[in-house]
Amino acid sequence: MEQPLKRTPLFSVHQKAGARLVPFGGWEMPVQYSSIVDEHLAVRRAAGLFDISHMGEVRVSGAGAADYLNHLLTNDIRKLPVGGGQYTLMCNERGGVIDDLYAYRIGNEDYLLVINASRIDDDVAWMQKQAATGSGVKLTNASEAFGALALQGPRTPEFINACFAGTSRCGTTVGSADQLKKNQVGEFQFRGHPAYVARTGYTGEDGFEIIAAAQLMEDLWAHIMVQGHAFCLQPAGLGARDTLRTEACYPLYGHELDESTTPIEAGVGFFVALDKGDFTGRGALAEQKTKGVARKCVAFKMTDKSAPPRPHYPIWIENQKVGEVTSGTQSPSLNLGIGMGYIPSDFAKPATKIEIEIRGKRAPAEIVPKPIYRSPNKN
Amino acid sequence: MSSNIPGDLRYAKSHEWVRVSGDTATVGITDHAQHELTDIVFVELPAVGRKVKAGEACAVVESVKTASDIYSPVSGEVTAANKAVVDNPASVNSEPYGGGWFFQIKLAQASEVNSLLSAADYAKQIGG
Repeated sequence: MEQPLKRTPLFSVHQKAGARLVPFGGWEMPVQYSSIVDEHLAVRRAAGLFDISHMGEVRVSGAGAADYLNHLLTNDIRKLPVGGGQYTLMCNERGGVIDDLYAYRIGNEDYLLVINASRIDDDVAWMQKQAATGSGVKLTNASEAFGALALQGPRTPEFINACFAGTSRCGTTVGSADQLKKNQVGEFQFRGHPAYVARTGYTGEDGFEIIAAAQLMEDLWAHIMVQGHAFCLQPAGLGARDTLRTEACYPLYGHELDESTTPIEAGVGFFVALDKGDFTGRGALAEQKTKGVARKCVAFKMTDKSAPPRPHYPIWIENQKVGEVTSGTQSPSLNLGIGMGYIPSDFAKPATKIEIEIRGKRAPAEIVPKPIYRSPNKN
Repeated sequence: MSSNIPGDLRYAKSHEWVRVSGDTATVGITDHAQHELTDIVFVELPAVGRKVKAGEACAVVESVKTASDIYSPVSGEVTAANKAVVDNPASVNSEPYGGGWFFQIKLAQASEVNSLLSAADYAKQIGG
């Protein structure tokens, strides 16, 4: 029997805002409020607010937390000072990706992992299994207790201090939220309650992600919308989130990443710290880093007017079907079809001519460097 | 939301409209359909001369998010395809019943038009 769709604490807010709600990874989520292009451009030019409460949060604490996480994840957690965050991946023994996530060190022995909505059950089961032999580690699945927002766009630093007045109390110590640097997280106050504010995002723009108690979400959303009004802040849905991250070439679990794909193949090997000691998947990943990989994830642009590329469309090179599109859309910033996909490594060089098969016909495209679109606003 | 549903057109359940003039039918998609799709970025039309049957998928309209088939509401031969809408797909959003038309068909059976929905029936179907 199909599970009923889950709803975030902001469901009725989205309804009132006239959002189109669609199923997404088991959740009923806003895909758009006005239009995907409109919301996309708002984030590129000014500011957008996304409900990302469907994402999961797992708290890892205790004296053994750092060692446990360093064995569980590919990036080097010891590099995180209190108040630091990093992109990292959770791999199986074969180096396949169980999930990609953000790890924040919110206290000396206290970490917060932000994981993909569709992966919460698998991640938590895997994490518990890995923790069974460890000691001094406490795992808490706080996915239901927390809601999350992404406030993204070049103008967001102009009003983040109005959203969260005062100094941070924990994490990175700053006098105001706009002083957070990339990947830093601080605990601020919202009407007497704690809220984590991190300078990160999934759009390729400057911005913040905010994690706070689920019951605060409605008030927090309303407050941020009011503070951002003069800065052209718009609510933005998952449709724009997807076009923004595709332009920025950020992988999406289930598209560029899965349990049979490694971070090296996906092009996120930078976040695999082979020099940190043993971790799950290290053997397979070390071998790939030295010997190379058979296939790689590349970014491409359509070179002629064509229909937008879509996931699973075949990729052709020299009259051979060599792979398929994993993400594809019309780029609202560039006004042409863009995408990512896996092809044999020998061809994975910028300027290589490829073809995308769209409804039985092949349309010309070209491999381009990542990101496909780089924001002029971002440092 | 209230959609624009002109009274002088006939409608298919699959959200195409038909304007009949003599033995020629002009086909497009409704205001409701363009609003549901939003941000139309690509339109693919049937070749002139193609013979289509009522209910046959013969065009594609793509928004940022999805590709959708467009079905011919009537049978006959395609006599014109709107090149302007191919060059400027956003015109489907801005003028679905005007410059955003898709193609014209020389009707094989003029009586087919009578089985299409009236404006009132189509309004009922979309809950307008």
